[in-house]
This record gives sequence, C-alpha cells and structure tokens, in this order.
Amino acid sequence: MGPFILRRLLISLPSVMGISVVLFTVLALAPGDPFAEMALNPNIPAEVREAMRVRLGLDDPIWQRYLRWLWAMVHGDWGFSFISRVNVDLLILQRVPVTLVVIGASQLLAMCIALPVGIYAAVRPYSWFDRLASTVAFIGFSLPTFFTGMLLILLFSIKLDWLPFVYKADISETGWAWWREHLRQSIMPVAVLGLFQGASWMRYVRSAVLDVIRLDYVTTARSKGLAERMVITKHVVRNALIPVVTLVALQVPAIFGGAIVTEQIFRIPGIGSLLIDAILRNDTPVIMAVTFVFSCLVIAFNLIADLVYGWLDPRISYQ
Amino acid sequence: MNEHKLRGLIDQVKTGRSTRRSFIDKMVSLGLTAPMASMMLMHYGVAQAQPAPVYKPTKRGGGGVLKVLWWQGATLLQPHFAAGTKDQEGSRIFYEPLAIWDSEGNLIPILAAEIPSRANGGLSADGKTVTWKLKRGVTWHDGQPFTADDCVFTWEFARDPATAAVTMGIYKDVTVTKVDSHTIRVAFAKPTPFWATAFVAAEGMVIPKHAFAAYTGEKSREAPANLKPVGTGPYKFVDFKPGDMVRGEMYPNYHMPNRPYFDAIEMKGGGDAVSAARAVLQTGEFDYAWNLQVEDDVLKRLEEGGKGRVYIVPSGDIEFIQLNPTDPWNEVEGERASIKSKHFALSDPAVREAMSLVIDRKSIQDNIYGRTGIATSNFLNNPPKYRSSNTKFEVNLDKANQLLEGAGWKKGSDGVREKGGRKLKFVFQTSVNSLRQKEQAVVKQGCQRVGIDLELKSVVASVFFSTDVANPDTYPKFWCDMQMYTTTMTQPDPERFMDQYLGKEISSKANKWQGRNISRWSSKEYDELFASAEGELDPAKRAALFIRMNDMPIKDNAIIPLISRPRVRGASVKLVTQLSGWDLDFAFLQNWYREA
Repeated sequence: MGPFILRRLLISLPSVMGISVVLFTVLALAPGDPFAEMALNPNIPAEVREAMRVRLGLDDPIWQRYLRWLWAMVHGDWGFSFISRVNVDLLILQRVPVTLVVIGASQLLAMCIALPVGIYAAVRPYSWFDRLASTVAFIGFSLPTFFTGMLLILLFSIKLDWLPFVYKADISETGWAWWREHLRQSIMPVAVLGLFQGASWMRYVRSAVLDVIRLDYVTTARSKGLAERMVITKHVVRNALIPVVTLVALQVPAIFGGAIVTEQIFRIPGIGSLLIDAILRNDTPVIMAVTFVFSCLVIAFNLIADLVYGWLDPRISYQ
Repeated sequence: MNEHKLRGLIDQVKTGRSTRRSFIDKMVSLGLTAPMASMMLMHYGVAQAQPAPVYKPTKRGGGGVLKVLWWQGATLLQPHFAAGTKDQEGSRIFYEPLAIWDSEGNLIPILAAEIPSRANGGLSADGKTVTWKLKRGVTWHDGQPFTADDCVFTWEFARDPATAAVTMGIYKDVTVTKVDSHTIRVAFAKPTPFWATAFVAAEGMVIPKHAFAAYTGEKSREAPANLKPVGTGPYKFVDFKPGDMVRGEMYPNYHMPNRPYFDAIEMKGGGDAVSAARAVLQTGEFDYAWNLQVEDDVLKRLEEGGKGRVYIVPSGDIEFIQLNPTDPWNEVEGERASIKSKHFALSDPAVREAMSLVIDRKSIQDNIYGRTGIATSNFLNNPPKYRSSNTKFEVNLDKANQLLEGAGWKKGSDGVREKGGRKLKFVFQTSVNSLRQKEQAVVKQGCQRVGIDLELKSVVASVFFSTDVANPDTYPKFWCDMQMYTTTMTQPDPERFMDQYLGKEISSKANKWQGRNISRWSSKEYDELFASAEGELDPAKRAALFIRMNDMPIKDNAIIPLISRPRVRGASVKLVTQLSGWDLDFAFLQNWYREA
C-alpha cells in the first residue's frame, strides 16, 4: 500500500504542475484587468494606475510571473488579492466554514433521500413507487438550481414571508435564536442543492442495486430462507454501494468548490461566490488559488477513491 | 450671462435681495454644478447656508440594527486603497473626512471645526493655501485623540508612490503642514480655484497616525488596521469578511451629540441589483440598498408592497454617444483611430448634425429609463429642473435629410446614403447591458429613417471598461465609428470632468490609451479656455469659461448627450436618510435614523 501511495503522489506532481501552467496561461491571456473599476474613476490618474500595475508586476512577461507565483507557492505564500489586498489563503479560509456547512448539509440531505428511495425503487422495479420516484427524480435534475432557487424564494420569502432569502454568515443573535436563524436561512439553499443532487444520486443507487439484485448469490441467499430484509441490507446494498461510495468520494471536491449559482442567488459567502467575484473583477491571484486548490482536491480524492476501492473490494490489489 | 451680470447677482445675494438658493439655481441652469456655484458665493464671503438638521432622536443608540445591502460587497476597508465606491462606502462607516458635500453642493464640516473661507481667513488671497481648523475633542475608536498629526500623516501616506494608494492623484501635488495641534495648512503649487479636494469627501478620509505609522510605503499592505479599521466615525469596527459583510457597532464617544441612532450596522454584499431591490422594497428584509440599476417598471412593481421606496438622487453622470472623428478601421502610422487620420463620413459636420437630429432621446427616457434617467442635451449635467438653456435637442427627420442631401450623401438603391462609393454604414458599440441594447435599437431605428445604416455591437462590460492594452474592444481605444457609455462625475467640480476634451488628453497609442479624451474631439480654443479656467481664481470668470466649454463639443455634434443618470437607491419607508449626489451614500450616515 505504502509504495502505491508514494507512486501515485509522484505521478500526480506533474499533473498538478501542468494544471497550474494551464490555469496561469489561460488567466494571463483572458481579457480584462483588475484595475478596470479604477479606469472609470477620473480621480485616479493614469500614472497612478500604471504605478500600481508595475508594483503588482502585471506588466512582466507571463513566464516570469508564473515562476514568481510558483516560487512563492512552494514557500507557502499564496499571494494577495489585487482587489482587497488581503492574503489569498485568509480569503479562502474565511469562506470555508460556510461552504462546508451549507454544501455539506445539502450533500447529506441528498444521501438521505437517494439511498432509501433508490433502494426501495430498485427492490420493486416498475412498481408505482418506482415510477413516481423516477418521474420526480427526472424533474429534479432537469430543473437547474437557479430556477428552483427562484421558485422557492418567490413562494417562501415573497408570497408566504416565512424564510429570509439573504444568507448571513454571522448572525448577531445568541443561543437558541442563533440556531433558529441559521436553520431558517439554510433551509432554502440546502433544499435546492440537496434535492438536485439527491435526484441524480437516487437514479444511480437504483441502477446499482438493480445490477446486484439479479445476481445468483442473491437468489441463493433468498433460497437459504433468509428474511428479505436481511438479504437486501446485508447482501445487496453492501455490494451495490461500492460504486456509489466512489461517486460520493469524487463529489467531495465539489463541496469545497461550493455551488456558484446557488451561492449567488442566496448571497451565501462561500468559496463559489468568492471565485465568481474574483473572476468578474479579474482578480487573478484569487482565481488562481481557488481553481488550483480545487484541482488539487480532485486529484487527491481520486487517489482516496482508488484506495477506498481496494478496502471495499479485496479482489482489487495494488501490487 | 456675462461676468458683469454674475457679479450683480452675487451682490444681490450678499445684500439679501436674492436668496442663496435662487442664485445656485440660476448658476446650475447655466451648466455649472451646484458645488461650484456654492464655492463662488463662498469666495465672495457669502456665508454658507447651514441646512437645518432634521435629526429627531434625542439620545445616542437605541435604534437596533441598521441593515444595508450592497450588491457589490466591500472588498477592503482602507479608504486610500479603495478600488471603487463600494470600498469607499465600507470604509466610510468607520473613517471620516474633514468635510462632506451635501445635495446642494455645500461643504458640511465633519472633522473640521469650520469650512475655510475668505471671511474666516481659511483661504488665502492668492488661492494657494487653505487653512483647516480641526474639531477639538474628537477621539479615535481606540481612545487616542484626533489631531493635526493624523491629517499630515494621511497626506504623507497617500502621496508615497510605494504605498500605491488610489488617492495619490489628490495628495501628490499638495503640501500639508501642521500649524498647531488642531490646524493644518494645505498648500498648492499654483492658484487653485477648486481647493476642496484633499481631506474632503470620499478621497478625504483621515487615517490614524498611531495605527498606520509603522506601515507606510512598501509595508502598507501589512497593516493590521487595513482589515480592522480604527476611525472616528459613528460606528466602530466589529467584523469584516471581504466581499461579504462589514459589521460595526455604535461608538459611544462619537463627536456629534445624540448620534448615531442605531446600535449596530450590517453591510451585506453580493448578489444582484434586482434581488437587492426586492429585499428592501418588497420583503423589507433590509433597510437600505445601494445602486438599484433595475428597470423602472420592475422598481415600481416592487414598491407596490409599501415596505420601501426608491430614492432618485441627482448627480452629474451622463450617458452619451461619441462620434469618432478619426478613421478607426485603417492604421495610420501604425495606429488605428489615430488622431492624424480622418473619418470618411463623421468628419463631415452635416453627417454629425444629422445624427444628433434623428436620435429620439425623449423616447429613450420614457421607454427605457423611466424615473431613473432624464433626457438631456448637456454634457455637464445637473438636476432636470435646472437644465442649461444654451443647448437643446429635437427630433427632426426632414432637417436631417436636407442636411445629408445638401452635403452630397445620396440614397442608393438599398436606401442607404452614399457619396463617392462610400456608404453611410457605421459600427456602433457599447457594453452588454439590457438598457444599453435597447438604447442602441432606438438609435439604429432613427438612423435608418434617414438612410444611415448602423451595425450594433456589444462588448462584455468587463472587457469594454478595461484598460487592457492588448484588447481591441476597450472603450478608450474606440476602434469603432461610434460608441456609447456613461461617464461619471465623481468630483463636484467640472475641472476634472471637462478635461475629457483636452487635446493633450487624447487617448492614443503613445499614452497606452490612458488619455481622458476618448472622443478624440479637440479644439485649440477649448484648450485655451480650459487652461485659463484652471488658474482663474475669480469664480465668476471661471464659471463663464466652463459654460462656454460645455457647449463647444455639443454644438459641434462631436458628442450626443443622451441621458443624465441620477443615482437610484432604495430604502425602507421608515428609514430617514440624507443622500447627496456629490458624495458617498454614507456621507451623512451619522444622521440616519428610523422613524417610529
């Protein structure tokens, strides 16, 4: 196992480097510059803007800027945002808790829906429950989150006036009121994301269980006289879950990445909205750092998924 | 109006035969800004009107939380690094300048004890120095006293090129000296008629020496106070998350009595303008929303809920069209739209005049902007009721047709006019914005009626409004026959606004397209007028100069002003604010309160 992990880590080094080169070049070639807003302000003379460009090293050739970035990154210096002049790692760390809470909760909700519904639908394929669940699931993942988000806001915030639609990460209330406020403002975004994800996972769980349930060993288990409940939980689901667990593991980076559209609608200060703001303002260091973290996470969780495979299914070996 | 008449008017105000307000109204109708007119009166020793404060609360605090929504959140809280107004607003909760501009263009003292004038000896006769007396008994949020040292330090901080402060332009050419512990003197290199720049309004916020002294120049980015501001303002810092939330709480030792009214302030950022309007006007989740760039129909519908209302604050911003006098398509000496080239059609005054006669500004106002834009024929703009009478706009297709016929542009078989084999076909560019695309359609329709064909082009705002030298589609390059955008008037004085037609400011390859004159129209006479206005200490003469300058590019039809764009803000019906089109939204934050 040890040598395998080491080998994989070494292999992933060039891909991380490659990703960073591609990201950096694309960002450098993209139109726009971080001082666009200043260009519109007549009180800031052109010389000042020029001086700032020079200070931030924006006029140097791309390769120089890349090497400088890489060298700093190796030393653990993520650089600072051109716009807020705050260190990028601080900006990202500030956004992590909210992202984890909201996106994490929605993934949990998705699991809680997808597993039972998917399994039950697969155990009784083409029953009315299966048809209903599948129809709802199709509607669920066909509707984009910005649309369902708007619908929920219209219904619960504007018509009924039950829930707030502006998310506030720090709430001044304390004690129970704090929890209640957080719950109230999280309901809509978590529901929007969770139901969307749950719908597609449910289809996935259903087909995985269907694949397994037809196998001979299940028939054997049933003919042994095992209770149906036992057959499903012990023999079917356990095996069916191997691919599902992998799928979920690969989804974890997305949790860190946040959900750009939903965060924008509900004004959730997550990593997704940090990224979109940075893109709109051409704040290269922030875009670079967020996308880079994201790609590293994808690589890392790919590795973890591979390891989990081996643990779940001993037939897979890493020699 | 000539100089003599102006002096007569000023005398009338001085002797009380005429009111301040009527004088300012008259000046504004001549194309002057209200602040400028007000400064004219100050120069002649007419006291500034002190608008009676309508502040009702009788004690400090007790007002709960003030929740405001900025759909672009503040990204930093150091006023001298502020990249845009959102950052200045965020900083302004905590920091204060010496004086601010009210809606009529009067200077109102904040950290100053009084506004400098000739009468109180604050302004020197040669127009080269301004002496500010500072308010005594003001303390920073950490308890330290506010003194002249802080002002001098602010100047040193901002003018240092290594600091890379965005306010450097204002502070680099002045000298600030300490006279005594509560008096400073600002000296200019040459006579400066508009002296209220340093330490005034958005760029004038004073920062504490004791918090920043160790972090100047190269180290300025590391100052802890960049993220945890220590100011003199009505609210002191609690928490800041860049791009998301700024929180402050009442400062119990604030230097104005019974202020502030609110116990705390929350400035939430992010999202979009429409949902911000919704949160204030329809659901009442927030008390105040900034910059509601939303179609007026939508705003009206949201207002029906009765929870909030829209405030239209007059300002100097103007949406206008520029007609390119140079050839944007072919390189001359290695440069497109070079000032040495000539446009095949738009260099013809008849074509330009015809263009201005076919654009229906009234219908742009009625059908596109509603309350949020006022059709205008002026570049230097003011509230609608004060509009200048020197210029006018009309739609006259017959006259436009006659002009074009007379100049030899004959209609071809496809209905498009041509002369010498060149057709009147123009490319018309602007930024992507639903309102602008509708305006483009109106302009195109008008031009079609007289045989001018327009090809509409829209560029993503982040590209169009950038200074990216490598991109051909930016507005300073103007590689197009005509373009439309809004130019903002941030300074309540026309000097920095009217420099947009100076010959030396022409945007070109040589200055990396950073010149302010993007229209590329220039005239020797204009340059001379501007130069004399810059050094003209006599406000009456200076005013007359700016009025003449305003009319020149318009009479020449080099530009076609369309819409004067006031600021659009939303507030809860119970919130009492005081908004000024010449300063930040938070300029009067200390006076905001909620009615029972």
